[in-house]
Amino acid sequence: MEKLTLDVILASLSEVGSTVLFILVGVVVLEAVLYLLFGVVFKNKYTLPILLLAPAVVGLTLLIIYPLLWEFNLSLTNMSLRRFGDKAQYTWVACQSADPGTIQNWLTDCLLRNYADVFRLPVLKQVYFFPVFGRTILWTVINVVFHVAGGLGLAILLNRPMRGRGLYRTLLILPWAIPQVIAALAWRGEFHYEYGFLNIFLTRLGLTPISWMSDPTWNFIAMCIVNIWLGIPFMMVILLGGLQSISQEYYEAAEIDGAGAWQQFRSITLPLLQPVMTPAIILGTIWTFNNFNIPFFINQNELETSDILVTALFRAAFQYNRYGFSAAFAFVIFIILLVYAVVYIKTVRIEGIYE
Amino acid sequence: MSTNPAAPVQKFTPAPARSRFARFFRASRGDSPFKRLLIHLTLILACVIAVYPVLRVVSVSLRPGDRLLSTSLAIIPPDATLDNYLTVLLEKDFLLWVWNSLLVTVATALIGVALASTAAYAFSRWRFRGRTAGLIFLLSTQMIPAAMLMVPLFILAVRLNLVGTYRGLVLAYSVTSIPFSIWILKGYYDTIPIDLEEAALIDGANRLEAFWRIVLPLSTPALAIVFLFNFMTAWNDYLLARVFVANATSIWTWPLGLQLLQGQFTTAWGQFAAASIMVMMPVVALFLYSTRYLISGLTIGSVKG
Repeated sequence: MEKLTLDVILASLSEVGSTVLFILVGVVVLEAVLYLLFGVVFKNKYTLPILLLAPAVVGLTLLIIYPLLWEFNLSLTNMSLRRFGDKAQYTWVACQSADPGTIQNWLTDCLLRNYADVFRLPVLKQVYFFPVFGRTILWTVINVVFHVAGGLGLAILLNRPMRGRGLYRTLLILPWAIPQVIAALAWRGEFHYEYGFLNIFLTRLGLTPISWMSDPTWNFIAMCIVNIWLGIPFMMVILLGGLQSISQEYYEAAEIDGAGAWQQFRSITLPLLQPVMTPAIILGTIWTFNNFNIPFFINQNELETSDILVTALFRAAFQYNRYGFSAAFAFVIFIILLVYAVVYIKTVRIEGIYE
Repeated sequence: MSTNPAAPVQKFTPAPARSRFARFFRASRGDSPFKRLLIHLTLILACVIAVYPVLRVVSVSLRPGDRLLSTSLAIIPPDATLDNYLTVLLEKDFLLWVWNSLLVTVATALIGVALASTAAYAFSRWRFRGRTAGLIFLLSTQMIPAAMLMVPLFILAVRLNLVGTYRGLVLAYSVTSIPFSIWILKGYYDTIPIDLEEAALIDGANRLEAFWRIVLPLSTPALAIVFLFNFMTAWNDYLLARVFVANATSIWTWPLGLQLLQGQFTTAWGQFAAASIMVMMPVVALFLYSTRYLISGLTIGSVKG
């Protein structure tokens, strides 16, 4: 048991302080070198922007670009907890010591072995890649559909002068304001078979309580419930902002032409909301696809049937310690996201032509 | 990808002053009392769904230790007590966890804002080679799943002896929000007329002074948003803390500690709830206060390509 004593405070302050100082000194040295190089020696006209960009570029390179390149290198090796030190080898090197007769395909058995394994072996103990991928898509689609539908519905209801509007808005935003970890852990408690409020409600209504934690289907539904609850406020706020920027005149004109409520919604609201809605949906999709906290925490019993890609990746890396394999798995996930983004950018460009 | 410059948000007319008509479906004066009642009922139901789970946490935190496990649905238990709060504050490591989180978070947010504010200025005012590529790169880093970066960061941290130290946490957190911060700040700088800086240059200031004396002070709202964003990202993070300091209990941040309390469901649920409330209160207050600015900040970033 650790206590917060004065010693602890001073020790932690000095460690964090020295780290910040270290970064500061590093930045000063870097700037001085770059200034001498570009400002004095080359007399480059871009010296100032180079100096302004340098610290961020170095930081991003050291902590994002270099780790990613290194991870790609890792994905070609057989590193695991057992071979953590220097014992890890490139899979194609490890391959050479094997009996040549057993090697059927040099590419999938040696060079890209980890990548092939992602698709042909279980990614965890039992589940294979494609079921997890399918579940991830299902998870993403269910969540985003409910976020948009719920957010749009509430935004429409709120987008009118009425009493208590500000209060409604504040209360409805609340789930967004709560730290995700707390929300996930609190909800996990509420899925308790006996003492969670959902089952208490069900029992009082005379229904059978649900085993949210051990039944795979219900556990997945539990994940969705929590994430939908968390995600609606963001969509609501963004879409409410979009609705408020639509001029009332369109609706007045439509009314004169005798358009009904549904027609007004389809031909005025939806198209004019598009520029706000599309980026929000794209962002929501990527957030949901990459959501770690909710599937990880709600799945208390570590059911493999509740894992989505990113939680499976985490478990493969940090519970089964298959580092080389996880690196390959990570790149497969990254490529899926990249394909999605490229398709999205293409679609938006096409839409742009019609503007 | 929300900040894609292709989204033609700016083409639409700004919101007019609120007309006396409702903006949707029909004028609200034309709404029948029945319809108005229905709208209010729906909103009240939605509010209950949004708020009830939070009230439950409050309720559990007020229960005395021997009544933690009850099937009562009352919000304020009849024998409400603050015992759980006292236990968490005095007997558990809660204060240490919060201190650790606060220390690491403030340090990283300051570093993040410093690095992003200067880099964003370069992106906003100069057209250098690789500028567009750089901006697209920054945007695409937002797609990388956090778990993907954990694998190499963890192994590199082990080799550099950064696991289980504040140092490792500070270094790793300080860059995670930089790409997003640069986008937001660049968007904001773009809205500041360059004439102001040019006037200062004529008056004999150099470019750096113009940035420091004119652009930065004018950008205070955006800097505040970016600081808040950096702060929230590190404050609420579980994954990186779990990977970096799970084995060093003296460096635990509050998400790790709360997970421990919640894990002992039967014994410490009330303590978990009390700790949650205490972590949540300031964050929620800050968030509700700043939503308006947060959202305008986000849209500035997305509108100004």
